[in-house]
Amino acid sequence: MSKTDYLLEIKNLEKSFEGGTKVLKDFSFSVQTGEVVVILGPSGCGKSTLLRCINGLEPIQAGTILLDGQSITDGKTKWSQIRQKIGMVFQSYDLFPHMTVFENILLGPLKVQGRTREEAGIAGEKLLERVGLLEKKDAYPRQLSGGQKQRVAIVRALMMEPEIMLFDEVTAALDPEMVREVLDVILELARGGMTMLIVTHEMQFARAIADRILFLDEGQIVESAAPEDFFGHPETERAQRFLNIFQFEK
Amino acid sequence: MDWNFISEYVPMYIQAAWTTLSLAFWGILLSLFIGLFCSLTLYFKVPVLKRVTAAYVELSRNTPLLVQLFFLYFGLPKIGIVISSQSCAIIGLAFLGGSYMSEALRSGLESVEKGQVEAALSVGLNQGQIVRYVILPQAVSVSVPPLCANIIFLIKETSVFSVVALADLMYVAKDLIGLYYKTDEALLLLVLSYLAILLPISIAASVLERRVRYAGFGN
Ligand SMILES: Nc1ncnc2c1ncn2[C@@H]1O[C@H](COP(=O)(O)OP(=O)(O)OP(=O)(O)O)[C@@H](O)[C@H]1O
Ligand SMILES: [Mg+2]
Repeated sequence: MSKTDYLLEIKNLEKSFEGGTKVLKDFSFSVQTGEVVVILGPSGCGKSTLLRCINGLEPIQAGTILLDGQSITDGKTKWSQIRQKIGMVFQSYDLFPHMTVFENILLGPLKVQGRTREEAGIAGEKLLERVGLLEKKDAYPRQLSGGQKQRVAIVRALMMEPEIMLFDEVTAALDPEMVREVLDVILELARGGMTMLIVTHEMQFARAIADRILFLDEGQIVESAAPEDFFGHPETERAQRFLNIFQFEK
Repeated sequence: MDWNFISEYVPMYIQAAWTTLSLAFWGILLSLFIGLFCSLTLYFKVPVLKRVTAAYVELSRNTPLLVQLFFLYFGLPKIGIVISSQSCAIIGLAFLGGSYMSEALRSGLESVEKGQVEAALSVGLNQGQIVRYVILPQAVSVSVPPLCANIIFLIKETSVFSVVALADLMYVAKDLIGLYYKTDEALLLLVLSYLAILLPISIAASVLERRVRYAGFGN
């Protein structure tokens, strides 16, 4: 496979926090265009840190990250440009509370990409329509439910027309009845061919959406497998133990 | 009570009130800029600058305006820097107010959640845009009550301007008492003048505070 078939390549990434232990150790993996990779692993194993490194929210100590075959870790990175290609959605939504839904999703396109209000507005209405929130266009975040906020946050990221989307436990803060509406949006993105890296604790969802499961423990990849294989017969004892947490028997 | 005296000197008080108000206006405006600059250097922990700012804040908060004015008006000329009374008043007020405004804005800045910055970074905004579109609007609305309190505090502090030979309200009142011994009348006019300035501002401030509270975006 030639180099450019990979949208995202991570090579020998090392990440540690000041004074702390290493969080990611000699970490390498690649994501193909259109691939959906779900990252699983116990709490504290470095899932969020990995996504944050890819988006430049955390400095790394060694290794390279390539996007479209171009290094984004060589110190010359124009993060403002790179981040337009990488959409990120957080557990805590982090919508801008002083702006309406529409202003939230237009901020990036207008101020960063210099698009016109007409053009971006049309794109924004289309996306809001797709996630079923067009009528909330002029609402403020505080007037929305958690599930609605998270769908707006996804639209805000999509507005930049990213090449890859990163999701960090985007349903973890939601009431159970709202989880579905958010996951459905992500499933639809997968059907549309969006490249995605998803951290989640929703096992059914992971199984349904993933092309590949990446199981991490202590900052390293322990298993990388198709979902049927990973959930059907995990190879390592650590993965088995992890999956047992989600099993209930009477 | 000598009502004739009062009506005769009302115009003089109005004149002095304008002096007080216009000096206060420029001093406060300047203090807002100083406060904004200082609060941002502290919030972003700008190397070196944050130390300078911290030292300024301590100096400014722990010396009375009277002493600051003495320094500007009587001290600086000794090293060859002569500043007009008006400038002294404005600079003094701005020097004092800057630190108070800085603290008020800093509390607002610190109330903005960290996730806001990361969300803004994630859509590609740069530092300047994040401050302008995301952080400041939220910080200022949280800071409105302390900012208003500071404005009222600073207007009251202008009552020491007379020490640098400015014909402000205090100056006029002291003058009239000295000249005519009409203490009651002069003081009544003085109190009424300050009320006439401060009451409308107080009321406007509480209306504004209520509005930002209702608009309060929290969750
Ligand atoms: N800012 C930080 N400073 C120091 N240590 C940190 C910081 N952020 C994370 N860590 C540590 O790095 C490790 C990995 O954290 P990370 O948040 O990536 O885990 P995670 O896999 O996302 O866990 P969770 O499932 O709980 O979200 C943890 O041990 C955590 O304590
Ligand atoms: Mg995490």
